[in-house]
Amino acid sequence: MRRELRKVTGAEQVGPYTLLRVKRGGLDVGVPGQFFMLEAPGRLLPRPMSVCLVAAGELAFLIDPIGPGTRALCALERGEELHVLGPLGNGFDLDVERPLLVGGGIGIAPLPFLSARLSHGRLDSPPAILGFRSDWHAEAASLVPNAEVCVEPTYVTELLPDDPGDLLACGPEPMLSALRARVPDAQLAWEAPMACGYGACYGCAVEIDGELKRLCVEGPVLRAA
Amino acid sequence: MLLNASGCLDALTAPEVARSLDGFVTKTITPEPREGNPPVRIAETDSGMLNSIGLANPGRERFLTESLPRLRELGVPLWVSVGGFSAADYAETCAVLENVEAIELNLSCPNVDEAPESAAAIVAACRAATSLPLYAKLSPSAWDIVEAARAVEAAGADGLSLVNTLRGLALDERTLRPKLGRGTGGYSGPALKPVALAAVYACSAVVGIPIVGMGGVQAGLDALELIAAGASAVALGTILFSDPAAPARIRSELAAETAARNLGHPLDALGAAHSSLQMGVSYSDNEARKKPGNERKVTA
Repeated sequence: MRRELRKVTGAEQVGPYTLLRVKRGGLDVGVPGQFFMLEAPGRLLPRPMSVCLVAAGELAFLIDPIGPGTRALCALERGEELHVLGPLGNGFDLDVERPLLVGGGIGIAPLPFLSARLSHGRLDSPPAILGFRSDWHAEAASLVPNAEVCVEPTYVTELLPDDPGDLLACGPEPMLSALRARVPDAQLAWEAPMACGYGACYGCAVEIDGELKRLCVEGPVLRAA
Repeated sequence: MLLNASGCLDALTAPEVARSLDGFVTKTITPEPREGNPPVRIAETDSGMLNSIGLANPGRERFLTESLPRLRELGVPLWVSVGGFSAADYAETCAVLENVEAIELNLSCPNVDEAPESAAAIVAACRAATSLPLYAKLSPSAWDIVEAARAVEAAGADGLSLVNTLRGLALDERTLRPKLGRGTGGYSGPALKPVALAAVYACSAVVGIPIVGMGGVQAGLDALELIAAGASAVALGTILFSDPAAPARIRSELAAETAARNLGHPLDALGAAHSSLQMGVSYSDNEARKKPGNERKVTA
C-alpha cells in the first residue's frame, strides 16, 4: 500500500462542485463505489473521494468544497501534483439484473463510473434518479446519463417506482435512511470523515448491524438489510 | 527502533505497514469491550488533528482469543497497550499477557475518564502482576511530567512512552459547534513535536529507564531530534494516516541525517541535546556557515 504523486490534468466547475481530473498512470481504478484518499499539498490529512469518471489515461473525482481540505483539492490546477492512495474499501456489487441508480447532492460522485460499468453489455445506460438542493447543484446531473432529476422540495423517494429493482444509491444520510426503509436489499454507499482510509485511525466508525464499525473497512457500500 | 503509536495502526488490516516497523503497538485493550465514542471522531485542524476514538476495542477476552493469535502470525514483535478505569483493570490484563515484547500502560488517554489512582499506583499494581517489560505512557498535560516520570520509575516501570496527545477542541466553521461528537479530542500531528521534545528532554535528564519518543514525527530529522532529546526508540502516529509507507521513508531519512553528521548509528546521537558537545551538519555548501552569527563547530 503506497500513496503516489499524480499530476492534475484538469479541474472544471460543475455547479458548485469541482471535477478534478488526475493522471491515471498505472493506478488500478477499482470498482465503482471504492474510493481514493486525495491529499492536497500543504494539508496534514488526505480526504476520501470515490472515483467519479474513468477516461483514457485519467480518472476524475467530483469534490464539494465544504472545508479547508476539500477547498485545497478544488484549488488545484492543471500541472500541480497531489498524493493519491487507493482504491480502498468495498465498492458496489455489479452483479445486478435491473439496476436503478439513486443519488443525492455530492453523493452522485460515484454514479457516472457506476453507470458506465453497468452499461457494459447492455443496450442503454441504467436509469437514475438524482436529487439536488438547487438548480445550481443540479448542474452536476449532466454527468449521469439517463437520469430523472428533482430539486428540493421534491425528494428522490417521491420519484422512486413501486418496484425499484436493484437499487444502488449514494447520498446524504437522511436520503439513505429513507431508501433503506423502502428497499431492504438496496446497496447504499455511506460517507464518514476519515483520517486514513485503510483501517488505522478508527475515525470513520458508523453503526452497522447495531455495532460501531469502520466504514473504510466494512464499506463504504453496505447492503441495507 | 521504529514503532507505531498505539491506536494509529491496525496490523490486521494493514499487515505490510506493521511489518515495516520494528514492533507493533496494539490499540489499547480494556477489560470489557468498548464501542468507543460517538461520531464525529476526527477533525483536521491547523498544524494537527483531533481524535476522539475513545479506546474502541474488542475487550480483553476477544483480544486474547481472536486478535492476539492473528497478530502473532505477522512475525512482528508485539507491544500490547493496556488501559482501564482502575489499577485492578490494568493489573488483571497484565497478569494474563505472556510472550509479548512489552506492555505499554496507557495512563493518559484524553478521550475517556481516567482511573482514580495515580500513574505510579497503577504501575505498581501491574509490576506485581507481570515480569514483562512495562512502559508507562504519560500525558504531556501532566502538571509535572518529570515528577510523574520519577514516580513511575520508582514504582517499577521499565520505560516511558512520551507523549500522548494534548486535549484540544475544534469548531465547525458554519455552526460554531464542536466538530467532534464528544466535544474535545486528542491533538496530534506536527504541533505536538515541540511538546514531545520538551517532555523527553526533561524526563531523560531525571530517569534511568529508556524512553520511546513520539509526537509529530513527520520525517527522519524529527526522529533524530527525539533521539537527541533522550529517546532510544521513536513511534509514528498521525503520519501513518496520510502515508502508510512512512516507516520506510523515515528510516531512510534518519539514516541520511545520521550519515550527514558523521555518526555510525542514529543512537550515537542519543542525548546529544543534553551534551555540551556541539554536533553540526557538514554542509557541502559553506555559505550557511559564512553568515555572521551562524558559525558552528563540526565534530567528526
